[in-house]
Amino acid sequence: MERPLTQHILHSDGSTRTLREYVKDGGYRCLKRLAAGLAPKDVQRLVTEAGLRGRGGGGFPTGAKWSFVPMGPDAPKPKYIVANGDEMEPGTFKDRVLMEGDPHGLVEGMILAGYAIDAEIGYIFLRGEYHLSAQRLNHAIAEAYAEGYLGKPLPGTGFQFNLHLHASAGRYICGEETALINALEGKRAVPRAKPPFPQTVGLWGQPTIVQNVETLYNIPHLINHGADWYHRLSRTQDGGTKIYGISGRVTNPGWWELPLGITARELLERYAGGMANGARFRGLLPGGISTAFMTEEHLDLPMDFSSIPPEVGRLGTATMIVLDDHTCPVGFVLNLEKFFARESCGWCTPCREGLPWVAKLLTSFEEGRATTGDLSLLEMHTKWLAPGHTFCGLAPGAMAPLQSALKYYRDDFEQHISLGRCPWSKKSAQQRILV
Amino acid sequence: MLSDTERRELEDAVKHYPDTRGATIDALLTIQRRRGWISDDSLLEIAQFLGMTVEDVDSIATFYNLIFRKPVGRHVAFMCDSISCWIKGCEQVQAQIKKLYDVDLGQTTSDGRLTVLPIACLGQCERAPAMMIDQDVYGDVTPEQIEQIVEKYK
Ligand SMILES: Cc1cc2nc3c(=O)[nH]c(=O)nc-3n(C[C@H](O)[C@H](O)[C@H](O)COP(=O)(O)O)c2cc1C
Ligand code: SF4
Ligand code: FES
Repeated sequence: MERPLTQHILHSDGSTRTLREYVKDGGYRCLKRLAAGLAPKDVQRLVTEAGLRGRGGGGFPTGAKWSFVPMGPDAPKPKYIVANGDEMEPGTFKDRVLMEGDPHGLVEGMILAGYAIDAEIGYIFLRGEYHLSAQRLNHAIAEAYAEGYLGKPLPGTGFQFNLHLHASAGRYICGEETALINALEGKRAVPRAKPPFPQTVGLWGQPTIVQNVETLYNIPHLINHGADWYHRLSRTQDGGTKIYGISGRVTNPGWWELPLGITARELLERYAGGMANGARFRGLLPGGISTAFMTEEHLDLPMDFSSIPPEVGRLGTATMIVLDDHTCPVGFVLNLEKFFARESCGWCTPCREGLPWVAKLLTSFEEGRATTGDLSLLEMHTKWLAPGHTFCGLAPGAMAPLQSALKYYRDDFEQHISLGRCPWSKKSAQQRILV
Repeated sequence: MLSDTERRELEDAVKHYPDTRGATIDALLTIQRRRGWISDDSLLEIAQFLGMTVEDVDSIATFYNLIFRKPVGRHVAFMCDSISCWIKGCEQVQAQIKKLYDVDLGQTTSDGRLTVLPIACLGQCERAPAMMIDQDVYGDVTPEQIEQIVEKYK
């Protein structure tokens, strides 16, 4: 099984790859092919044919996104390419693995993406807590400048790319691409209205592409090996591999680069070694906390961007969080909603007011004060905060796990009401951590 | 007043953006690294340097949880309270900190040594529960290890 993104990253020692190692294994080789006649439109076409879809959670086709960027001599200048390394979606740690283990892969991906849309300036937007990534990326960027991959015209192309790492200072909303653009401009990181889309009016009003870190890592490989090879990596119609992860009470929590379309059951049983002793599987969030729960009946679905029916949910970041029978599903969802309430940027009312309300309602369940009326209030919130009612995707994302929990774990919610307490509380909480 | 070193660092940060205000976060982080937190005076100095109003800079500073508008201890412990860490017992780890050092989240020890803050997922979920002291990340933390970890930070 091929693992183009991570074959050189070791799980065990947390070390990083030097420029010399990166180049020895074929790194920066693509840049020579550009001079040999691979035009920006050819790179765009390759990315489209390869079926690369955004790895930031939305799965939007990357080639289609690039096609909205104005090209040609009359296109506005400069254009920007931004790597989204905010990675604050709870349960998600895949971009960190890449940036720490192989920083040059991101630099090369950025140069190529920049070339494809004729953007001569790039920023890596990195969450403030990723100090090790920052250190390694800054080192890699300095090396790439010294080697002339950055800051000088690439031989035979006339294309010159500059890259800067921007370390942020917290707040989940900065990962939303238009909030990220405001953050980079030194404004409060609230999302912008769309349209206009960043592809035409983005950073400082210029055409801008914001792309997830993992998405960018794919680009050198698919240029080196071609679209057919890229499709063969995957088991389904979406091209390539994906970094999957599992956390929660499983035997072997971790990450693995695997063909897109692997099933959750394979991940759970074969890679994560099944549930930790004594714990029983009850469900999982497939990719970060803005995705809906999946249960036993969904474990054999291919985990990709096209195969999960919308009424079931979506892949998200593909880093799964497992719910087990030692963990209260209501407490689980309360933890998520407290996060969302805290991280709401406060820009629009349904989200700013609704999320704390949801968190309060869930607290009343945990404290044994909830009534049946509170269940319907929760249900109503999943409608009031649904897509279309709020300015950005944070609030609808917050409703996905809640709505699905109300469906799959309704008995547990009702039990909190009938018992007048959390069945998992106190004594069992102590036992929980022993497992 | 900005020291010469601080001024040079800010001048360097500004170069990376077509508009000086792009360097607001860099400026806040740079000054905070040197002075521990962002006082009203620091805010004014940054605002003057960037050609912004104090209110404007403050509206950015107060938006971000890693910018401190109040003094913090010599060290800051960031306790992940997101879902994977919660499943694996972050509440017990935090209770241990409270027991040993008598601080709740958001508080600083009376000797000014340690501030304890909640933090969103640190991206270390496969080693939950996780925490970070200053820039050092710890994973698979148990309540029993807390004393040994924190004692490294005087
Ligand atoms: C609240 C919120 C937070 C987000 N956080 C991130 C993030 O941390 N990293 C990321 O790549 N995308 C994040 N996104 C998605 C981005 O808006 C954007 O779609 C993505 O960076 C596009 O990259 P891709 O096409 O390569 O996936 C977030 C979206 C929302 C609504
Ligand atoms: S949905 Fe929430 S996070 Fe998004 S703009 Fe509205 S208030 Fe801000
Ligand atoms: S949930 Fe704590 S590190 Fe991810």
